[in-house]
Amino acid sequence: MKQEEIKDKGRRDFIKTAAIATIATTACGSLACSCSSKHEHHKAAEKVKLLSPDGEIVEIDSSYLDHANHMSIISKKQAREGIPGRKFVMVIDLARCKNARKCVTACQKMHHLPVEKEWLSVKLMKDSDKGSPYWFPKTCFHCDDPPCVKVCPVDATFKRQDGLVLIDNERCIGCKFCMAACPYSTRVFNWDEPNQGISDANYTAESSVPSKIGTVEKCDFCPDMIRQGLLPDCVTACPNGVFYFGDENEDTVTNGDETVSLSQLLKDRGGYRFMEELGTKPRLYYLPPKDRMFPVERGYESLPEELKERYKDVIEMEK
Amino acid sequence: MELNTFQQTAFDHQRPTIEKFGKRAWFWTFFFLLWIAVGGYALYLQIAKGHGVTGMRDNVVWGLFIVNFIFFIGISYAGAIISGLLLLFKVSWGKPIIRLAQMMTIISVIVGPIFILLCVGRFDRLHYLFIYPRIQSPMTWDVLAILTYFVGSVLFLYMALIKDFAVYRDAKLNIPKWKQKLYSALSLGYRGAASQKRHLIRSQNLLAIILIPLSIMVSSILSWIFGMTLRPGWHSTIFGPYFVLAALYSGCGVLIVAMWVYRKMYKLENYFTDRHFTYLGYTMMILAAGYGYFTFSEYFTSWFSSEVWDNEVINKLFNPAEYGWWTLFANVVGIIIPMLIVAIPKTRTPNVISLVAFCMVIALWVKRYLIIVPTLESPLVPMQDTRQEYVKYSATWPEWALTFAGIATFLLFFTLMSKFVTVVPVSGLEDTKTHHEHAKDHVKKEDIQPA
Repeated sequence: MKQEEIKDKGRRDFIKTAAIATIATTACGSLACSCSSKHEHHKAAEKVKLLSPDGEIVEIDSSYLDHANHMSIISKKQAREGIPGRKFVMVIDLARCKNARKCVTACQKMHHLPVEKEWLSVKLMKDSDKGSPYWFPKTCFHCDDPPCVKVCPVDATFKRQDGLVLIDNERCIGCKFCMAACPYSTRVFNWDEPNQGISDANYTAESSVPSKIGTVEKCDFCPDMIRQGLLPDCVTACPNGVFYFGDENEDTVTNGDETVSLSQLLKDRGGYRFMEELGTKPRLYYLPPKDRMFPVERGYESLPEELKERYKDVIEMEK
Repeated sequence: MELNTFQQTAFDHQRPTIEKFGKRAWFWTFFFLLWIAVGGYALYLQIAKGHGVTGMRDNVVWGLFIVNFIFFIGISYAGAIISGLLLLFKVSWGKPIIRLAQMMTIISVIVGPIFILLCVGRFDRLHYLFIYPRIQSPMTWDVLAILTYFVGSVLFLYMALIKDFAVYRDAKLNIPKWKQKLYSALSLGYRGAASQKRHLIRSQNLLAIILIPLSIMVSSILSWIFGMTLRPGWHSTIFGPYFVLAALYSGCGVLIVAMWVYRKMYKLENYFTDRHFTYLGYTMMILAAGYGYFTFSEYFTSWFSSEVWDNEVINKLFNPAEYGWWTLFANVVGIIIPMLIVAIPKTRTPNVISLVAFCMVIALWVKRYLIIVPTLESPLVPMQDTRQEYVKYSATWPEWALTFAGIATFLLFFTLMSKFVTVVPVSGLEDTKTHHEHAKDHVKKEDIQPA
């Protein structure tokens, strides 16, 4: 009975989430715009429809929209426990990725990261000699059996009930053991003073911002956005709908454009998890790059020279 | 404390070393302090500016510091195991070198953990290790293990020193009052009474029995920091015993070198005899063979099955353009030469053995580097990073400065300690000659008496 209640509540929450997300994105005109506009105060007095806490739809000027951090009012304990009844999951459709890098820049903007620091990176993968290379966006996998959490000596990185693996950078001692333990090179370290100029008064493990020198950080699936019923920034920023985000309990994922059944999507498209053999049980699924929307070169030719450098080995192997 | 003539000679011979600090000792002390000061400045930079001043980056998250950590901790375990075995099996020729092995144990277990602390990004949060400990983490195991081991080895050395402190106390040394008082306090009123002797021997034996398996455990736990991860070249079941053996081996080398240095410096030829070099040389040869066997197994199995990830590390290690020459150095100087030198009677001399042991110790340091860095440079997901310092690790001057500061601290401790206690245990020598039978008698008699 209780379980059902929770599930039901979860479903209602999710519908609400989807509704707000849709409203917000339509109002902004495009998916990419909705996230990048968040921190800048526009001159244009665009009106945005939002759902108020009382359940009414209100229309406000978009320039009043502010960063998620300042709105998070959850306690540090809540940030460690997670959102009850949820089980977040992501699906990345490799057939749609053309390395537009909108996800990377959106993530950096959202988390105030410098350009060289990528919580989300796009790799150019080539699985075998005859195989064709493909673009491979990589977030944190939020493993269900996370090697990083196992080795943390101070409980600074932890697994929440909603499936997310987060870092409390007020607890982290910076031993980097988690970085050595993560087989996916997800984690990054603050080697120098981040100088983001943001107060840490509202810091929780959910906001991940501001970064702190001498601590580890990584992709967090934007739980502060989720709390407000919004999708993570990489999802909304992608012009091609590569990222699907949703709830495993609901068996629903959405990329902002379409909302689909998770199990059906994985079944129809042959979804798999990266390096399943490592036994880390990622919460991130990939759809294989079959029937691709773009040739792989599309993501390479338009890149600036220094980014091209990264993929040269693979591209040259191809020639 | 009464001394027999043999002990008296040994004490008289070493008396000046603890009575006077001497110009040479001052020189070396200042020299080492200078190095430590340079390291201190590097440490200041690292704290003030962040770990960006080191060569460590997101892929190679650990570098020289962790190499030094394994290196020094390894030496320490060897000291405990060697001194423990010599004591426990009452090896008579081993008596003069037990002190040196124990000093090595303590000093390196102090220096080693400094280096793991240098890897930590937030010094201000170190106490979190005790406030928020997570017992699942091999790092927590390591903290517990090293602390336990530290306490054990301090007690072990101290127990062995009590009798000597009593000798220094009674010898009316020409030293300042405070030092005399200190010796007196540290000797805990030891007079050489039968019951005191018995308690001391029992405690020491007990500590040796605890310390030997503890060193093996602690050394294995250290290796598990690497073995427990999903990294090629680290994720190996033989890492535990491999580290134990490498630790023993490198420690044996350091002991030989320390013996050679003190023999020269304090003219201890009568105590650190050629026989000691030969015997420790044999030990070194056996350990070299064992260590070589593990090294071969490790490389051969990875290379033969040639799984993609393992292969990547193996290729890096054996490619002359990457780490090929270092691998060659680590294995020739670190395994083959020590075995050959000791095997050939002509080269089995103290000088040659010491030189070879010294080179072997360096080779073993290089080997630790080859365990850490190439693996971290081979992540499972391709790096595809264009920043050179992120792709390939190269240590920066603050890292080197702190490394040399660590070595200087190690040597400084040796210098200071040899001015505080005699390097050859004076009262310890007693046991080899006449003491055994008496001690046994005493123990038996007192055991029979009702409590």
